[in-house]
Parts: sequence; C-alpha cells; structure tokens
Amino acid sequence: MLIRVTPERLNPEEAIEAVRRDEAGAVDVFLGIVRNTNKGRAVDHLVYDAYPSMAEKTMREVAEEALERFDLTDSAVLHRTGRLEIGETSLLVAVSAGHRAATFEAGHWLVNEVKRRVPVWKKEVWADGEEWIEGPESLGMERAPATMRGS
Amino acid sequence: MVITVLFFASLADAVGTRELSLAHVAGDTVASVRDRLIAVHPQVSEFTETLLYAVDEEYADEDAPVPAGATLALIPPVSGG
Repeated sequence: MLIRVTPERLNPEEAIEAVRRDEAGAVDVFLGIVRNTNKGRAVDHLVYDAYPSMAEKTMREVAEEALERFDLTDSAVLHRTGRLEIGETSLLVAVSAGHRAATFEAGHWLVNEVKRRVPVWKKEVWADGEEWIEGPESLGMERAPATMRGS
Repeated sequence: MVITVLFFASLADAVGTRELSLAHVAGDTVASVRDRLIAVHPQVSEFTETLLYAVDEEYADEDAPVPAGATLALIPPVSGG
C-alpha cells in the first residue's frame, strides 16, 4: 500500500506500478487536477496545507477500509502539499482488483472519503486576493449553517 | 507537563502561529483546553461552529480527555483533493 503526503510532484506511473499485480485484471487511477476557475472566478494557483502525519494515518485507514470493502488487491493514495499551479496533480488514487467494477466503485469511494476525512486544506489564490476553502463535504460541516454548506 | 496545540489553514492565519504549548490541568478535555485557548486567542471562537479536533492524530469529541504530553489539533473543515 502506497501512502504519501508530499510537496513533490505526483507521478501516476509510480502509483500504478505500486498496485499492479498478476492477479489483478484492472487498475483504476484518479487524478485530482488544479482547475483554472472556481465558482466563476479565475484561479491563479492553489496552496495546500496539511497535518502530514495525521493525513498519512487517515489516508492509510481509508485505504485499508477500501481494501476490505471492495475486495481490492492493493491501493495507493498520495496528496501533494505546498504551491500548485493550474494543471498540476493534487490528489492521486490508484486501486487494483480482479475485475474492473470493484476498481471503479472503490476509486470513487476512496476519493470521497479522502475529501471528507483527511486533514488537508486548499487556499485559492486569485489575481486580487485569496481564501482558504472550507470543504462542503468535510466531516463537521453538517453542524454548519446551510449557507456554508453551499446547499 | 504541557499540551501541544496545532493550528492549520485559516485558523493558523487567524491565530498567527501553527503551534503553541499550554500547561496541562488535571482532567483536561478537548473542550476545557479549547476554552483556555479562547481566553488567550479570542479569534478561535469564530471557528468553533465547524471545528473538528484530533488528540494525538485521532479525531476526538469535545468531551474526550487530553492527557499531559498530548497533541491537540484544531482542524477547520478539510478541503483536500
């Protein structure tokens, strides 16, 4: 199982090779990419903060849950920190299993759980300002007023 | 003995630091440490509605004990991915 929080560039090939097995007929890969716009506003770049030791621990827990829940062969979860430019990869998830259906489901579930539970934060930087984003899917947001949840 | 308190993201900006130490008091819980912290850094109170807590890297409720030497992390809503 490959788990990493790092300021270094994420390499999909490394994650694919980490989960590839002779008995696994499918590998699903997800890349979270820094987008150039959010809510109609042009984004210049993002800055990611993290609690690295707890983030890796939480990513490992989520990955282990996924192995069991979806009968995966292996999984890899990597998150980048620091300044990321438009088009760079912030999140990399790869999962392998005997057949494709389990990998699609597990990949979807894993990305959702990472966004809900892992202590990582993004700051959007625009031409004329910046703001820390509070994830609408985060644990704890159910206590927030509806306006903060964007619903 | 002391407690180490960690701040991240918007909360680190608001408090002006990422880490500080507080004296441990017998019977400390997440809520009691947080309330002592608010007495020193009142801006923390603006975050409590959506704040999560972790004691020694495990998510913890407000009434969870904070032992001497523990690390308490104050965690704003996460937004990774």
